[in-house]
Amino acid sequence: MNDGFLSAGTGAVPVLKLGDVLLVTLPGDLHDGLAQQLQQDIGEAITRHRVGGVVIDISGVEIVDSFLGRVLAEIAAGARLLAARTVVAGMRPAVALTLVELGLTLPGLRTALSAEAAIELLGGPGVVRPAGRRREDG
Amino acid sequence: MSDTAARIDARLPIRSDMDLVWVRQHVRQAAALLGFSLVEQTKLVTAASELARNTLVHGGGGELRVARVTEGTAQGLRLTFSDQGPGIADLEQALRDGFTSGDGLGMGLGGARRLVHEFSIDSTPGVGTVVTVTSWAARTPRPRQEMS
Amino acid sequence: MPEHEALHQHESPAREVAAFLRRRREQIAQRWADEALFRSVFTVSRDEAVEAGRVVVDALAQVAESERVEDPDAAAFTVVREQLAGMAAARSRYGLSAAQVSREVDALRVAPTDLLVTDLADAPAEHLRACTTALTVLTGTLRLVVLDTALSEGQALIDRQRMQLLEVATPVIRLWDGIVAVPLIGTLDSARSQVVMETLLEAVVAEQAHFAILDITGVPTVDSLVAQHLMKTVAAVRLMGAECVVSGIRPAIAQTIVQLGLDLGTVVTRASLADALGYALRGLDADIVQAPGGASKR
Repeated sequence: MNDGFLSAGTGAVPVLKLGDVLLVTLPGDLHDGLAQQLQQDIGEAITRHRVGGVVIDISGVEIVDSFLGRVLAEIAAGARLLAARTVVAGMRPAVALTLVELGLTLPGLRTALSAEAAIELLGGPGVVRPAGRRREDG
Repeated sequence: MSDTAARIDARLPIRSDMDLVWVRQHVRQAAALLGFSLVEQTKLVTAASELARNTLVHGGGGELRVARVTEGTAQGLRLTFSDQGPGIADLEQALRDGFTSGDGLGMGLGGARRLVHEFSIDSTPGVGTVVTVTSWAARTPRPRQEMS
Repeated sequence: MPEHEALHQHESPAREVAAFLRRRREQIAQRWADEALFRSVFTVSRDEAVEAGRVVVDALAQVAESERVEDPDAAAFTVVREQLAGMAAARSRYGLSAAQVSREVDALRVAPTDLLVTDLADAPAEHLRACTTALTVLTGTLRLVVLDTALSEGQALIDRQRMQLLEVATPVIRLWDGIVAVPLIGTLDSARSQVVMETLLEAVVAEQAHFAILDITGVPTVDSLVAQHLMKTVAAVRLMGAECVVSGIRPAIAQTIVQLGLDLGTVVTRASLADALGYALRGLDADIVQAPGGASKR
């Protein structure tokens, strides 16, 4: 249960464990097979390490099409079933504009400006206060 | 200029997941060479990714032809996706948001159309499908045709 | 000089004109240097004007040589395109209309035509007519090239200025640590909305802003298209991990939005920029202390 790289699954996308959070950093362009493999790997890692949150850092991702969008939404939905919250972090402006134009607003997905902000949002390691920002309800 | 054209004009096979990666990389590079803004590059590459996946998943594979086009001083990129798959019986339905016969969120064709400046599709059931899209590297963002 | 002409009897009129232009290059360039178009552009020295004239004569001769007198896309024109466009642009800046510039280019026809008529004085009338026609067509094509180039230069200038205007009209203000605002003034069309969206999103990244405020106090009307753009912006900001607040919706606009049946749905709206700032500050857990005796609405 130590922090560090996990060798979960056979995926080429590294899954890093930081306290109660899994940190996944997506590469600039990953092919469909790899994305689906990652979905499996994350599910397995959540069960094995009983983490409460998953942060998917997409700051390096140059495009998100409907396929990758669906994978992200499914990772979040799957994690929720395993009692973990998912935050997608660091989406680039051009990617966000394109997704909106594509008609893909991913309403169920929690987002953060950066991986750090996402970890903070999930109440990650070393953070006493629940989150730096508070959302108004309703 | 002919050197630029040589790095832009291409025929790329669409037979596997990895081919989609090559398609995205080539379209990105070509759009950058023609001076597309980052946002326009991203839109075109995303549209190419959607359409190439359609070719792969619904058309059973095919190819992409990339060509530089000019109109006066404007430079653009024309992408032609073709397959010899089953074709699309009801184009109107296929272009509507939410319609899907495979993976994805049903944004494929309709979504891709919103990301490019010009879009045309020609499909014959039993013969195949050809989708042609064109985007222009504009100095100013050009108003897109608003969809109803 | 005219006695040579007999030798060229069997040449095509275009080639005849090409040979003539090469032979009379210097005289034509000299006379052009005194024409308004050249004289007013090359004000520093006459030599400069003459040299520019020679280049244009050479290009014309080359075009005639290739027998493409009516083709504005002839290769040789590309050499002089930039120079001619520069000259036309200079005249436009001077305040001349496109028609006036066109007339000045047309005036260049006179010098070579005079010389051609002189040179071919002894040639058969039919041949002379064919040659002057070729020359007229050639100069007409030149005029077309100049206007075409000037127009596209003009379009490029308009595009550049429009872009600059769009950027100038879209300032991003950092209101607080983690809060950026874009006050919109004037009509929002599709192009402008694109720039606004991009500018705001870039600012969110640059400032690592948790809140982005779009203030539409200065927007005269909101129709369904503008509302759609606002909603797109809000959605894109959310995807990036920040929150977008739309402020400055005047009562009249609120009425329009309701009457149009537009659903701003999940968009957080506030009446004024101050209210939006208050909302964002509370979202950041900032302590807002009311000054003693100060009045606050909220």
